[in-house]
Amino acid sequence: MDTTETLLLPPGGSTIAGEVDALFYFIVYASIAIFGIVLFGIIYLSIKYRTEKAAVEGTTSGVSHNTRLELAWSIIPAILVIIVFIWGFNVYMKMSIVPKDAMEVKVTAQKWFWSFDYPDGINTVNELVVPLGKPVKLLMSSRDVIHSFFVPAFRIKMDVLPNRYTLTWFEATKIGRYDIMCAEFCGDRHSEMLAKVRVVSEREYKEWLESGTETAEDITPVDYGRALFRTKACYTCHNVDGTSAVGPALNGIVGKRRALVGEGEVTIDENYLRESILEPRASIAAGYQPVMPTYQGMLNDKQVDALIAYIKSLK
Amino acid sequence: MNKIPEVNYLNADRGIKSWLFTLDHKRIGLLYLFSIMAAFLLGGVFAILIRLELLGPGKDIMEARTYNQIFTLHGAVMIFLFIIPSIPASLGNFILPQMIGAKDVAFPRLNLLSWWIYMFGAIFAVISMSAGSVDTGWTFYTPYSTTTSTSVVAMTLGIFILGFSSIFTGLNFIVTIHKMRAPGQTWFRLPLFVWGLYATAIIQVLATPVLGITVLLLILERVAGIGIFDPAMGGDPVLFQHFFWFYSHPAVYIMILPGMGIISELISTFSQKKIFGYKAIAFSSLAIAFISFLVWGHHMFVSGQSQLASAIFSFLTFLVGIPSGIKIFNWLATLYKGKIRFDTPMLYAFSFLFLFTIGGLTGMFLGTLATDVHLHDTYFVVAHFHFVMVGGTVMAFFGGLHYWWPKFWGRMYNEIWAKISIAFTFVGFNITFLSQFLLGAKGMPRRYYSYLEQFQSLHGFSSFGSWIMAVGFIIMAIYLIYAVFKGPPAGDNPWGALTFEWRTTSPPPKENFKETPTLTHGPYDYDKIIPKRTI
Repeated sequence: MDTTETLLLPPGGSTIAGEVDALFYFIVYASIAIFGIVLFGIIYLSIKYRTEKAAVEGTTSGVSHNTRLELAWSIIPAILVIIVFIWGFNVYMKMSIVPKDAMEVKVTAQKWFWSFDYPDGINTVNELVVPLGKPVKLLMSSRDVIHSFFVPAFRIKMDVLPNRYTLTWFEATKIGRYDIMCAEFCGDRHSEMLAKVRVVSEREYKEWLESGTETAEDITPVDYGRALFRTKACYTCHNVDGTSAVGPALNGIVGKRRALVGEGEVTIDENYLRESILEPRASIAAGYQPVMPTYQGMLNDKQVDALIAYIKSLK
Repeated sequence: MNKIPEVNYLNADRGIKSWLFTLDHKRIGLLYLFSIMAAFLLGGVFAILIRLELLGPGKDIMEARTYNQIFTLHGAVMIFLFIIPSIPASLGNFILPQMIGAKDVAFPRLNLLSWWIYMFGAIFAVISMSAGSVDTGWTFYTPYSTTTSTSVVAMTLGIFILGFSSIFTGLNFIVTIHKMRAPGQTWFRLPLFVWGLYATAIIQVLATPVLGITVLLLILERVAGIGIFDPAMGGDPVLFQHFFWFYSHPAVYIMILPGMGIISELISTFSQKKIFGYKAIAFSSLAIAFISFLVWGHHMFVSGQSQLASAIFSFLTFLVGIPSGIKIFNWLATLYKGKIRFDTPMLYAFSFLFLFTIGGLTGMFLGTLATDVHLHDTYFVVAHFHFVMVGGTVMAFFGGLHYWWPKFWGRMYNEIWAKISIAFTFVGFNITFLSQFLLGAKGMPRRYYSYLEQFQSLHGFSSFGSWIMAVGFIIMAIYLIYAVFKGPPAGDNPWGALTFEWRTTSPPPKENFKETPTLTHGPYDYDKIIPKRTI
């Protein structure tokens, strides 16, 4: 959790930053050692065996093998890279697995700004406000081309795609303001697609939520989703009390495994729900008929988000 | 005193047609050389413009849209028009048949066709990019490239055409190496440059069609509205990245393997020493060629691909690094007990060792999952790529160009100017790109028209380096061209090397050798025989 700026890296501000930095510097030192050996070899050998005369008399040594030496320079680097691989894999898994108690913020990217939807229905543009010391899960999608959510201080980056959700998370360890940048080229104002993360204390965060001046819509995604569930007539085929109808019940299903018609099974997550709304015939739950119409074109992204939020809220 | 042979391939036939429709691999090699050097000049001008714009944050000399077009042009011209064909099509075309003691390549007409296709594709691509103001970057990721209003279709059509020239050259080399070797020249007595070209040719033939299919699908999507990559039509943009890198990662080995082959020649010749670990170097080229097909996903660690896939790609990426490391150590061991001379080609070989080692080691940061997440799509990647491609391939290319220049023209360049030139290039290169490693690690994303204040000084430094590098290249162009006309005759074997091409005259006769040479010793048998240097 080293939060000071070092020679090569920007100041860190998340729980993962210290771990990434330790690995980064390990590779730096290993690289310097290997480069030192190569450089020393070049300089030493070329000074020792230099020849000035244009016409050099006499043949040279025919040595072209040394099994021990060759094994050494194959195996030692191999061990080194295996260490680096495993270390990198471990830290990467920590970056990938979102803690259970994480609060969720929906991130929407479009040319050329970021917007953030909070569980309480608050919406902000180009400023992500988060409480100190609480894991924050970002559920991200794009309205147009691919963007990439990059916070150098947190050492996180994730592409933001137009046709599916991607996830990343962080836990801030220091109060302050940090840069968010778009890292995937997205057109004329790509380099202006900047935002800030504002890390505040728990108390300040609560106050900020209560002030709630920046609400884009008057209702929360869950309430919006509940309304859509009615107006789009989802209730005619899906119950929310655990009983099956034409389609499966929707309460308490998120995170469960479900068998599919044909073979295989899926874990029900945001992407599966989205697919089921927009392309309902793609993966049919075992025991049901493929009769649901597609909602492609009938729901915009925000409405799909809201429906998913509503389904997730059902216990 | 050395003399230029009265009749040679340069003056055997006269007139512009005898060049444009020549079937002589040496002339085709030179046609390619002139074409790719024109591309290098063009791409270099774009590079200087990029660095000028990045001197300060905000607008310096151009608008954002222009800047996006310029970096697209720089990337596409340097990759598709310069570096992919560079070594195989120019130096390889000229030297490969001579190295194996053949009169020509297996299919001389196909060879000429390959150059014509290259010229057609190159002109088509450059015109459509500049007239159609393409701004997608050389990677033309979807859905940006399928939704932008610029003429992506024409540009990708140009790349589709260029692919055929690459495939034809590769095919020609594979058959040539299998079928045209001189008596006594077994596989393990081939010069290592030939092994490098062979491994490259395999990738060219197997990987390039995938790029062709990918750009064809892209064109179909844009023209016919078939949803393949564009989510608005039901496609998947990440699929495009898989297809694209399935070609473009092996393609970086198309770029570097022939360079590694040249370095083996240079280090052996100028340390007058049998190459250390011949088979290890030869097989590591093949190993690299094979594994290079299995690592494309390391460009996509943050694209949303599954974590398991990322882990496997990361592991395989480390695997491909090891054969490259083995080569470096073999070259170092070759110096041991040699008689080392510091002629200009050898200085390029040393520059290669220095820069390519940095390029390879910084690849570790990017192959490692956790550190790549931070560094992906930043200037760190830009710097790494340029260290491998310019510090590696371009240094090897210029090393080879200086090495064989006297063979091409029969005349020697000025050694002092050559050393001044490489000093500028080497220093300028390091200033330009070492600062970009720092920029990237600090979080500066690539393809940014403007940037935050904290990156100002390093960007300024990088731009300054690009001017020094440019001076080095300008000096080189002047003394090399001067040498063609006024250089002192070099003689058959100016460096005292053992491979076949030095057994014929400089410049060689049209049919390469007066009579088919027979192999009496290996290409690096400096423990048995020391040829006399003719300068």
